[in-house]
Amino acid sequence: MRIFNDLWQKIKDKIGDYRKYIVRFFSDLWVVFRNNIRDYGMYIALVTIFIFFTITTSGLFLTPRNVFNLIQQTGYIAVMSVGMTLIIVIRHIDLSVGSIAGFVGAVLAVLIVTYNVPSVLAIPMVLLVGLGAGFITGFLVAKIGIPAFVASLGGMFAYRGLIFNSLQSTGTLGLNDPIIHAIGGGTIPAITRVAGMHLLTLIIGVVGIILFIYSTYKTRQEKMNYDFKVLPLDLFIAKLIFISAAILSITILLALYKGFSWTLVIVLVVVAIYHFMTNMTVLGRHIYAVGGNPDAAELSGISVKKITYFVFSSMGLLSGLGGIMYLARLNSATFTAGEGLELQVIAGAFVGGTSAAGGIGKVTGSVIGALVMASLINGMQMMSLGSNIQNIVSGVVLVAAVIFDVKTRNMKKIEA
Amino acid sequence: MSDHILEMKNITKTFPGVKALDNVNFQVEQGEIHFLVGENGAGKSTLMKVLSGIYPTGNYSGQIIFNGEVQDFRSIAESEAAGLAIINQELALVPEMSVYENIYLAHEITKRKIIDWNQTIHMADKQLKKVKLNVNPGNKVKDLNVGQQQLVEIAKALSKNVTLLILDEPTAALNENDSENLLNLLVELKKEGVTSIMISHKLKEVTAIADSCTVIRDGLTISTLRKEEIKEERIIKDMVGREIDNIFPQRPKYKPREVVLETKNINAYDFASSKQVVKDANISLRKGEVVGLAGLMGAGRSELALSIFGNPRDYERTGDLFLHGKKVNFNHPGEALKSGVVYVSEDRKSEGLILRQDVKQNISIANLRSLSKHGVIDKNEEIIVAEKYRKDINIKTPSIEQTLENLSGGNQQKVSVSKGLFSNPDILILDEPTRGIDVGAKFEIYTLINELINQGMSIIMISSELPELLAMSDRLYVVAEGKITGELSKEEATQENVMKLATL
Ligand SMILES: Nc1ncnc2c1ncn2[C@@H]1O[C@H](COP(=O)(O)OP(=O)(O)OP(=O)(O)O)[C@@H](O)[C@H]1O
Ligand SMILES: [Mg+2]
Repeated sequence: MRIFNDLWQKIKDKIGDYRKYIVRFFSDLWVVFRNNIRDYGMYIALVTIFIFFTITTSGLFLTPRNVFNLIQQTGYIAVMSVGMTLIIVIRHIDLSVGSIAGFVGAVLAVLIVTYNVPSVLAIPMVLLVGLGAGFITGFLVAKIGIPAFVASLGGMFAYRGLIFNSLQSTGTLGLNDPIIHAIGGGTIPAITRVAGMHLLTLIIGVVGIILFIYSTYKTRQEKMNYDFKVLPLDLFIAKLIFISAAILSITILLALYKGFSWTLVIVLVVVAIYHFMTNMTVLGRHIYAVGGNPDAAELSGISVKKITYFVFSSMGLLSGLGGIMYLARLNSATFTAGEGLELQVIAGAFVGGTSAAGGIGKVTGSVIGALVMASLINGMQMMSLGSNIQNIVSGVVLVAAVIFDVKTRNMKKIEA
Repeated sequence: MSDHILEMKNITKTFPGVKALDNVNFQVEQGEIHFLVGENGAGKSTLMKVLSGIYPTGNYSGQIIFNGEVQDFRSIAESEAAGLAIINQELALVPEMSVYENIYLAHEITKRKIIDWNQTIHMADKQLKKVKLNVNPGNKVKDLNVGQQQLVEIAKALSKNVTLLILDEPTAALNENDSENLLNLLVELKKEGVTSIMISHKLKEVTAIADSCTVIRDGLTISTLRKEEIKEERIIKDMVGREIDNIFPQRPKYKPREVVLETKNINAYDFASSKQVVKDANISLRKGEVVGLAGLMGAGRSELALSIFGNPRDYERTGDLFLHGKKVNFNHPGEALKSGVVYVSEDRKSEGLILRQDVKQNISIANLRSLSKHGVIDKNEEIIVAEKYRKDINIKTPSIEQTLENLSGGNQQKVSVSKGLFSNPDILILDEPTRGIDVGAKFEIYTLINELINQGMSIIMISSELPELLAMSDRLYVVAEGKITGELSKEEATQENVMKLATL
């Protein structure tokens, strides 16, 4: 009898501990969440939008096919938003990017169709054209010293004119090039399909998850070696599981359809490069310093001019890339290609948390921002809402996102 | 009791992670000059921001009784209407506007709803005379130096009908002469019935004109001293909780070594102000030496330093600079940094720091090279470095991840100095390095300077605090109106000799 009582007591203690543990776990989770709400806000918004449209379209929104299309629609905007983030971080703006994208596309089409240049050659060539266009804006801003708004507004008109020049003799120019075609809508090769799923996509997804877990784990281990504060192990594991599950579900969703598109691959590569550059490198830190306080940056030995040149040139290059993706999507060069695109790109960056006052902004945020805006449009189109409603909602969401950002800016941040 | 113009009772104010004020009680009598002192981050500025409505009612707990009435200020406008004006530690002027526009900003002089500019200029001129600032009221504020801007701030406060004037470190950016003018001004205003609360780290000012003095430490009121109790040692003891008997740490007498830096006839012309800011400057600096640059504000000391340090303001320059005997002419601060010359700006807010970034990023920014491999930053090492400086000179912050905006003024200054020190130069130019720093922390910085000198660093120090400059320099140059008017050895360097040359 006594043994039984003891045992019962032990079990009760365990349950008590367990309860306490659960309470602690969730309160810790809440603290981390609250302190980083600014970073998570964008993802929460995205998930909310997804859930909303999935319900209102009776599931149509979240079909593999539509998610695939959504990515295709967002791709070129996302790539350009990455560049725009840095422009806004250093307190400038670039209105010429839409026209540059259109112009680069036109030149590429002319090179391929009229001059029969192989696309593998033509693509790097036109990327250089984009880079050069960005460099010119950078020159006007850094060297001549005129406001970026004006310099790029000039570019916006001029490159639009050049598109007309390029296509004057041919008119709208259709393409029939396998590489361009792949960029526009093609997917990576499947190898084979397993259980109806695109194998290579699955492999890449799983490898990506492993790499992610490994690198996060390594970072945590290094921090612990230094005796720095890290997330408690249970929260850390929860975070790993959560993010891995997110990656895995998107991978599976896409694998059920055509797999990863080349567009997605391009976006991921661009984001990876820029994310690394902005977070881990001296160059990245210098860019944020110039944005935060140009005078202090200058006195810290950073050349504000060089950074300005670099950021505008990178924007030009990415506009070129965006232009190629745009061209590939339509599979033809038109006079109006990229019209108004600059504003979508800027909106993506702002929705993603980039601050107009300079010095603050993440490239990943801007990509999510672009995706949020594209999802709204896509979802509303599926609901057959008119473009009047679409525009109103887009405008409201843009402003709301920035309000959220400003309001949460001064909240304390801890490492998560 | 009844002649208290102000009573603040049980004021508590917290920021995320920081209890800045903890049940503070603070009383000011009618018509007195009341000093508020304490270490950096003690809560002085916060207390005054609570008082003046910058932190509106509801943002703190406790009670404010002003002129016998309980007050719930929701904004500066409300506290001003009640007769209370604050001059903040961080200047609040519009650089692109003229002096007179700034003075009457937000309380414009109007006639039938239309601004009366003639009257404005006339009145502004009067206020400027009161603060003894001799500039054309039509000048843009951005063309004035920090010291002059501070005086404009005071003129602006005086132009409002104040009965209680709050000054948060008004003399931090002023030299001895102008500080003295300001103190005299406060004494004069007292006769006219204006009560003042003044925050200062210059204890001499407290002993000179204070009627009473309240010391706070870590958000707590430690003591309120009456005029007869006010002694420097006593204040320091209450401030830091222990006695400091030596304000300046000793350093052995300098034994001349080789010259590391020399300028030959440097001239600099500033297009922005259409003024020759440096005239035929010849100075030299030896290894392991501290050379002081003394002079009045606007004398051209910072301008000389900037001419050496890669000319970031694009002056038209002539003359030569020799580094270790080799002719160099830096055209960008980056080149100077690469050659081991570093400048720490006098103006931490606009030129020194990136207020939106955190403590560690600010400390490391000028020397990321040493923290990175193939251009990739080792963020863990960065944390180590920042923690080291936080400990060494006692930067008060809940963590090195704190955004700089949220640090007290003195602690921001410490970060600015840390940044210069971390770039580990051969030659360090410190421009007003202890501006706004408390006595205890000053001692830490002087000690650090001595250590660096021992390791063979050479330092050019610019300071408007003459006692500090005299104590720390092995040799001094006096600058007046862009010219070097004299060179003084340690023995010759006395207050009188310097002032004589500075006003030549
Ligand atoms: N906006 C803010 N957010 C977070 N913490 C703050 C903020 N403002 C002040 N603090 C903290 O409150 C404390 C008191 O700051 P306060 O500016 O009042 O100091 P102070 O006595 O004026 O110091 P100093 O002599 O350096 O000017 C400091 O620890 C500071 O870090
Ligand atoms: Mg202060």
